[in-house]
Amino acid sequence: MAQTVENDVQLEGNATESNLKPQRLKITRFSDDSDKKILLKRLKDVEISVPIVYGTIAFWLGRKATETQSHKWTVYVRGATNEDLGVVIKRAVFQLHPSFNNPVRVVESPPFELSECGWGEFEIAISLFFHNDVCEKQLDLYHHLKLYSEDESGPQSTKKPVVVETYNEIVFPDPSEDFYARVQKHPAVIVPRLPVTINLPSVLATNVEDLNEKRGDTKDHPLSQWFNNFSEADELLKLAAARQQVQAHIIKLRRQLSVIDGLPLQSWKPASGQ
Amino acid sequence: MDAKDILGLPKNALPIQEKKSKPPKESQRKPDGISREVYALTGGLAPLMPAVDVNQLKRKAQSDNEKITWQWLPFTNSARKDSLQLYHWVRVVNGIPPTGDYSFAKYNKSVDVLKYTDEEYEKYLTDPAWTKEETDQLFDLCERFDLRFIVVADRFPSSKTVEELKDRYYSVSRAILIARALSPGDVATHPLVKETYNASQETERKRALNLLLSHTKQQERKDVEVLAQAKKISEARKASKASEESELPVLSDIGSLGADKATADTVNPSTNSQIPSSSITAPVSETASVIASLRMLRVYLRSYALEQMVQAASSSAGLRTIKRVEQTLQDLGVNLKPKVPTKAVCAEHLELRKEILTLLNLQKQLQYKEAEGSSFREGSYTETPGTPPKQQSLRAADLDRTFTPDSLSIGGERFGKREQKRKGPAPSSPAQSKRPRKYKASD
Repeated sequence: MAQTVENDVQLEGNATESNLKPQRLKITRFSDDSDKKILLKRLKDVEISVPIVYGTIAFWLGRKATETQSHKWTVYVRGATNEDLGVVIKRAVFQLHPSFNNPVRVVESPPFELSECGWGEFEIAISLFFHNDVCEKQLDLYHHLKLYSEDESGPQSTKKPVVVETYNEIVFPDPSEDFYARVQKHPAVIVPRLPVTINLPSVLATNVEDLNEKRGDTKDHPLSQWFNNFSEADELLKLAAARQQVQAHIIKLRRQLSVIDGLPLQSWKPASGQ
Repeated sequence: MDAKDILGLPKNALPIQEKKSKPPKESQRKPDGISREVYALTGGLAPLMPAVDVNQLKRKAQSDNEKITWQWLPFTNSARKDSLQLYHWVRVVNGIPPTGDYSFAKYNKSVDVLKYTDEEYEKYLTDPAWTKEETDQLFDLCERFDLRFIVVADRFPSSKTVEELKDRYYSVSRAILIARALSPGDVATHPLVKETYNASQETERKRALNLLLSHTKQQERKDVEVLAQAKKISEARKASKASEESELPVLSDIGSLGADKATADTVNPSTNSQIPSSSITAPVSETASVIASLRMLRVYLRSYALEQMVQAASSSAGLRTIKRVEQTLQDLGVNLKPKVPTKAVCAEHLELRKEILTLLNLQKQLQYKEAEGSSFREGSYTETPGTPPKQQSLRAADLDRTFTPDSLSIGGERFGKREQKRKGPAPSSPAQSKRPRKYKASD
């Protein structure tokens, strides 16, 4: 693997100050296996995450439906808040069922989506490739294309599509400084705050605007009315309520246990009535 | 064939040829000397043992000129001590009745039980647990019933176990043999001297065997499950240890420490009862190694990270416990996999799982205490001498867990019902009603 050499960051301020501070930030010299040997400064103990939603929206074609083309569907990877993912993702590869013409579809620019017509459901593999400064490894997602709704017993409608979406977050541990600097103000990306002592190269900061010009976001997407909202707050509330119940029960059990421990064994009786 | 008929296809010549060639093959297989009808009764299956010796059949054909009669004749049996006269049918060849002993007398084997003199008894055989009368009785019975110790134990006047009787018999026989031998080398190869009888080991062996045989199918299945789980855990630990050692030498110390702690937890349940929070503190180092391995990936999905953390946190728990954690999550109306796996949600989810694990541990402890309190099954495990009473009761409780695992679900049920009361029946009632049915189906 890559040979890593860890050095203390030479901070701009005087040397004594940097020595006093805990060595939070370290540079890892990362020698790549590829032909281009890029040296990336990595931010240790920092993670950048990109909230994404991927899934499919399928419309029944109604009267226009034929035996082999009953539905028109779109598979996509979008930002969870419909921001432009092009800042992180360079390319998305959709692997369709082998019965399609050219089943491997490459989408080189945002929005990363693909529309097709068909009649059958199958699993779509989505491979995401990232920009050079982000990550050299790809990430695979799997989504099961759904054309026929399960919960509604009523007839298929051409107006209301079948939407299946999954929320997830792409996490980049120990990101490179360049990547951090480039995306730190981008709305599609969750970036933690760095300690004030760290200065990042500001050269690439302009890149954000360059990428924004391409308008790869999905805010005005024709299908955006069907997009699901994923509420973190709801999820947290539910979890908090559950934890409260469990904690209350733990306290109760601890009390029961201490009661048992306090009594001699002979006179002890099951505390089922409690 | 049928398919071809339905499809209206002409039958090709090949199967007909096969049909023609088959019958002669079958007739060739029939052994000589057996009639076709008898052979047909066997269904063409080869018997395990040759029922008919072919040579005998041939000899019969050769001795055609002999005159054979069957006669009802008296016979003597050397195996009998009395002079009872019995008759049987005998094959008589050319009018000469067969001579010699009764053909089954040779099967009357008896054991040579050693006899000792009073002098020898005083010298070598005294035992505080046995009187001479008892020993005499034992040897009489042993001779009478040919060392069938179960019968001997049944007829023995004073109450002694089979093992005690065997122990006395073999030790006495051995002592006499050695005492009578001119030098110890003469009897060293004698089975009674070479293979000594170990009563305590026999008792333990029978107890263990009895335990194993009294297992129900369900318990057996549970045991297999537990063993498989244990194997999985140890393999996972080995693998993680190996990877830690090769990739992150700094972390390996912490990792092994965590593993030790985890094994200590599984071996001795008392650790948990002393420090109930150990289930929370133990996985910390395990999650550290998960974080380290995630870092090596450079990119991963949040949901994947959560899965890994959940696995690491529950690696010390059994499959059953993990299932119960998930059941509890469902009862609480929480998704097993968060729908919106943000960093905060995943952290909360992980904490909730850990708390449920703690809760289940506490429930288990409560049950151990119950078992301790009611001194359940106390009698059956008191054989090992010198075991401190507390440890023994814990051991009994531990055994309880493996033998009556369903008792654990009582706690879960109780918990579920309470939750239901507090929450109101609406969200949790379907899961509640499902659970008992589910258990029944798996039984």
